[in-house]
Amino acid sequence: MNKRIFLTIVISLFGGLAFAAKNNNCLQIKGSDTMVNLVQSWAEKYMEINPQDFLAVTGGGSGTGLSSLISGSCDIAMSSRFITSKEIDLARKKSIEPFEIKAALDGLAVVVNPKNPVSKLTIDQLAGIFTGKIKNWKELGGPDASIVLLSREVNSGTHVYFKEHILRRGNPASTEEFAPAALMLSSSQAIADEVSQNTSAIGYYGMGYISSKQKAVAVAKDDKSVYETPTIDNVIKGLYPISRPLLIYTNGEPKGLVKKFIDYALSKEGQGIVVQTDFVPIK
Amino acid sequence: MRAEKTQKIAFFFLLLSTLLIVIPVGLIVVIIVQKGIPAINWQFLTDIPRQGMRSGGIFPAILGTIYLVSGAIIFALPIGLLAAIYLSEYARDNLLTRIIKLAIVNLAGVPSVVYGLFGLALFVVFFKFGASILSGSLTLGIMILPIIITASREALESVPYSFREVSLSLGASKWQTIRNIVLPNAIPGILTGTILGLGRAAGETAPILFTVAAFYLPRLPQSISDQVMALPYHLYVISTQVPNVAEKVRYGTALVLLVLVLFMNLVAIIIRYQFRKKKKW
Amino acid sequence: MRKIKEFIIEKLILLCGLASIFFVILIFIFLLKEGLALFKTVGVDKFLFGQKWYPISEPAQLGILPLILGSLLVTFGAAVISIPIGVGCALYIAEIAPPKTKEFLKAGIELLAAIPSVVLGFIGMVTLVPWVKNIFHLPTGLTALSGSIMLAFMAMPTIVSIAEDALYSVPKSYKEGAFALGATHWQTIHRVILPAASSGILAAVMLGIGRVIGETMAVMMITGNAAIMPNSILQPVRTLTATIAAEMGEAVVGSEHYFALFAVGIVLFIISFAINVTADLFLHKNK
Repeated sequence: MNKRIFLTIVISLFGGLAFAAKNNNCLQIKGSDTMVNLVQSWAEKYMEINPQDFLAVTGGGSGTGLSSLISGSCDIAMSSRFITSKEIDLARKKSIEPFEIKAALDGLAVVVNPKNPVSKLTIDQLAGIFTGKIKNWKELGGPDASIVLLSREVNSGTHVYFKEHILRRGNPASTEEFAPAALMLSSSQAIADEVSQNTSAIGYYGMGYISSKQKAVAVAKDDKSVYETPTIDNVIKGLYPISRPLLIYTNGEPKGLVKKFIDYALSKEGQGIVVQTDFVPIK
Repeated sequence: MRAEKTQKIAFFFLLLSTLLIVIPVGLIVVIIVQKGIPAINWQFLTDIPRQGMRSGGIFPAILGTIYLVSGAIIFALPIGLLAAIYLSEYARDNLLTRIIKLAIVNLAGVPSVVYGLFGLALFVVFFKFGASILSGSLTLGIMILPIIITASREALESVPYSFREVSLSLGASKWQTIRNIVLPNAIPGILTGTILGLGRAAGETAPILFTVAAFYLPRLPQSISDQVMALPYHLYVISTQVPNVAEKVRYGTALVLLVLVLFMNLVAIIIRYQFRKKKKW
Repeated sequence: MRKIKEFIIEKLILLCGLASIFFVILIFIFLLKEGLALFKTVGVDKFLFGQKWYPISEPAQLGILPLILGSLLVTFGAAVISIPIGVGCALYIAEIAPPKTKEFLKAGIELLAAIPSVVLGFIGMVTLVPWVKNIFHLPTGLTALSGSIMLAFMAMPTIVSIAEDALYSVPKSYKEGAFALGATHWQTIHRVILPAASSGILAAVMLGIGRVIGETMAVMMITGNAAIMPNSILQPVRTLTATIAAEMGEAVVGSEHYFALFAVGIVLFIISFAINVTADLFLHKNK
């Protein structure tokens, strides 16, 4: 008798779930780890204003977001790098037409431990460090200690951007890679944590992740240019040499709920949230 | 005399080995409890995550884990129990049986991330269920199948043969004997296995990474085709990907997961202990 | 009517009995389906022995040797730690511990086995990693050693419980005979009982190792994930399992990267299959 009651309860619980239709009002947003906190803040504030809409935000890296968009398993992909032509081809094969929107700007910060005396580096030096050619801090005027390289995983837009613009100096024919000894950490936060406890570490991430526990190195295009730090001002004025747009990709031009959300992100209030999360507004 | 001395030294090392296992485990549990308890309050357990998961609660993850685990058992228990009945009551000592047992051992040994790949390839992509409670539960179900089969088989085999003989000699059929005599006496053991399976399914992360787990869902799942948050994945995410999460929130999540899993295992152990004490044979 | 019902039920039981074989084969088929597709574009030897893993470059370099070595190094380290301690503990529980302590210890070991790997990875991250870094004066504590220590904790319950079973099933007459001849307890243990239980203990060790090779979350959180050819245990490494878990999200379904990760899965499946079959042979030899 009890068994029957129990079974009935279980079946109705699952039955209810099983037959409920897939809700149309839930937006799936996936992608860039650099942008995930910003987009989550947007989502939270947006849902306060529009309580009948639901947004689900997932990280995983720009590559993950774009591959989700292409597979059709998300509505909006956040990416801290441009979509590649290979990805566009793959998307079109699956009848997805990627539509690009610039949502914010980011100065890519290179960070070291606050106790590290090195505070300015040229792009050439950065390339030498991250490809493993420069191995010791003393080559840069620092203490005699091996450099511990921290990098994001391959699915990170930040990783790809860094590789293309710093390691390969924007040259598409270059074959430079991150040194194999570089530690692949799963998120910008993991890099921030390791840098704050390790005096020999150097890492990179979007400027939104800088806190008092890390020191952002001033970067110059070459040793004759001015060294600039990644501040909102420097990025807006175009003075910081490693700036990039933070992007949103949708399937075709935004419509309906997608459009509503993106309009909010690009609005004055949305861009105010950008500043609050330490990124740079698009205007 | 020398032999006595050697023995003393040897036994000391054996005791040391045991302590080397027991003490760190105790320490781990103590640390998690100590640093996690400050985070535990009613809000933590029933609220949704807020402020980018730095505050609020972990209720969706708890509920998600419950759904996934229930789904896994709904799939694994019937199949596992029937498979165990086959092995204990019907199988003969031949090559087929040997292969079946080998297959079970192998299923038990497959790495959890390979289960994740399999779940992705079969349920998410091939059957087009997508990342959903359905995919996740089925994947977890196959993963805990060997646990259920092994525990149930042991329970069934420990029922004395004489019970079956008496029933058959009274004219009952084989299935009637199983259903009315063997099974009821094996229930504690089957229950133990089920709970152990539940505990295992609750704690696994890799199988659900690509089949169901969501980073942040603002509301509870509405159907089995929805994604869901889950405790192990949530712990992973707030330890490695979300910036500036308060230490006590991380430990609190670890504590909730640990308590859930250890509680289930403890219940299973107690049932088994009581059963052994009260065995009527 | 009843006969028909019973017939159906018994056929169902047979079907479920065959289910495990069905699932093993199914897993293997699907892994092969997606993984073998890789070898249309990349040679098997380049995959298995190539030393560079750059899956998203153009052209992608898909050599998994550093990953294989990373997995092997971490596993080897875990084995070195967990085998002596695990067998020692099994001996203690089986032969020396008083009955009440025995029950308590066995329950404790079972509870250790139940701790989810993500929890152990989390604890390892916040306690073990900084500790390793300071003790060895390393640039970072995210190393194969940290991974080995944590994985040893995961292997030990398996080793302890199966070895303990093996020791327990040595016939009492062996022990009694040795005592009758005047041997001390320890002499009996290491000259009579251990050899008699050796194939069971070997099986225990192999199953423990099998568990370690397949471990994903804890290694992902504490070994640093650097796909280099390791030359010391005090360096970061990247394992086969962590590679799949970390990169699968990025790989578009049907891309070369996706196939490559499945190919890694095939390698893992074959390794664990081999270990499990061998261990099972040893267990049966014992019985």
